[in-house]
Amino acid sequence: MIWSKNETLSREELEKIQFERLIDTVNTVYEKVPYYRDKMIEAGIKPSDIKSLKDLQKLPFTTKQDMRDTYPFGLFAVDKDELVRIHASSGTTGKPTVVGYTKRDLDTWTECVSRIACMGGAEKSDVSQICFGYGMFTGALGLHYGLENIGSAIVPSSTGNSEKQIMYMKDFETTLLVATPSYALRLAEVASSMGVDIKKELKVKKAVLGSELMTDAMREEIHKVWGDDVLVTSNYGMSELMGPGVSGECEYLDGMHINEDFFIPEIIDPKTGEVLPIGEKGELVITCIFKEALPLIRYRTKDITRLFYEKCKCGRTFCRMENLSGRSDDMLKIRGVNVFPSQIEEVILGVSELGPHYEIVVTREGYTDKLEIRVELKEMTDEYKELERISKKVNSRLKTVLGLDAKISLVSPNTLQRFEGKAKRVKDLRGDK
Amino acid sequence: MLSKQISVFIENREGRLGEVLSVLRENGVNILSLSLADTSDYGLLRIIVDKPEEGSKALKEKGFSAKVSDVLIVEINHEVGALSHLMEKLAKAGVNIEYMYGLSLHGETASVIIKTKDYQKVQEIMKK
Ligand SMILES: [Zn+2]
Repeated sequence: MIWSKNETLSREELEKIQFERLIDTVNTVYEKVPYYRDKMIEAGIKPSDIKSLKDLQKLPFTTKQDMRDTYPFGLFAVDKDELVRIHASSGTTGKPTVVGYTKRDLDTWTECVSRIACMGGAEKSDVSQICFGYGMFTGALGLHYGLENIGSAIVPSSTGNSEKQIMYMKDFETTLLVATPSYALRLAEVASSMGVDIKKELKVKKAVLGSELMTDAMREEIHKVWGDDVLVTSNYGMSELMGPGVSGECEYLDGMHINEDFFIPEIIDPKTGEVLPIGEKGELVITCIFKEALPLIRYRTKDITRLFYEKCKCGRTFCRMENLSGRSDDMLKIRGVNVFPSQIEEVILGVSELGPHYEIVVTREGYTDKLEIRVELKEMTDEYKELERISKKVNSRLKTVLGLDAKISLVSPNTLQRFEGKAKRVKDLRGDK
Repeated sequence: MLSKQISVFIENREGRLGEVLSVLRENGVNILSLSLADTSDYGLLRIIVDKPEEGSKALKEKGFSAKVSDVLIVEINHEVGALSHLMEKLAKAGVNIEYMYGLSLHGETASVIIKTKDYQKVQEIMKK
């Protein structure tokens, strides 16, 4: 089911809406946000210079650093008493980034998430269990309101206490699971250790996964444990932009449809800032064109993807972004080679003797970077040469993909850390980076 | 005599062997023989126990990688040259031994545990 008529607008109709909303947004930030006005003056741009959608390129970028510099409310375009909600992202370094919502913003958010949930198969009859941490993080409440809006029954089980999660899932007959891909795998492990037969005793048929990127290999792994008949979709968003609801996969699983009537996407070269031609891979930049409290202009997401505008079989006309290849933040530079953890994950998940959990450790000895991959042994053998064969297989596949030699450390099952929120699988122990 | 052996994967981490042993103890599984060789990163613990299936199940439940496989227990005389004599016989018959370790002494005889794919050959040789 397609939730909103807007999702099938013709490009012409859509661009008309986008342009009107963009003009409104640019006027608003110029008037109400001194930080933006100063930046625009510095760049020699007035709102009246924006005469077409293409002129968006003239506007300066916004970065996470801008949000930190104006902490907490410096980029807000409304008075504080217009706010009805405040969220913050957990900044691991420095100040968190704060986001605010007016009443209309919450409605917009709910609308966006309802659309994405529909793409993931959500229906009124679903029992949706939300295994995202509730609190300052936008993920849980975003999905919560979006799914409730569809009429689905919400089980706000949050994260933690995985055994109880499985009990709810069984007793409430949960049909739709919201989690990170790695927590979906963790829950399956817990269910098995409790003796629960997932495919027979649980009724989960839809997995709406987000908050970390999901490689194809990860999706396959999820199918293996949850069942081939489960619709596993990923969706994308970030708290700065609104939370979840920026884009999501439809049942054809070929890229995530961006809610283009609310967000204008661009792809830039992360080094030069130049807008790249359609279809090229680069950093995703998003302009929020229908937000009141925090209308970000050309926000640099640091996520690497590409956009495509071909019509989708589902009937939606919104463009799609490819499943993320990684974040420019997550990219490791090892011995001069750019490495995305997702590339390593693809290799590990392709080796049947290994489990899906892994850890990437980067150290430096003298002037040389060392890459170590710790991974759990799933299929036991009683021969050393077999263990060596497995290590060598991983090593040579990594070499093909990355061009790097890695030390493969096999460890026992269930010994690597499990994650309920975003998985943190990289340990970069080099002093400088 | 064909017997069951449990192999357990142990990464080189302090206390890991102790954890395996205590799982077996808690489940009343008695160890008859043990062999542990290791590389710099991990080791394979091979044990002959009185209740291999129970032992393996208990270990797996505790999150260890464990596997039950077939090995041969061959009894030889407890005297100089007995093992060497056995090896010569097996080599002559073209038996390929993957690994072996000792079991125990019972007065006049001793036993060795042999892992090979040529079980039948060995058993035939021993009957002679
Ligand atoms: Zn579609």
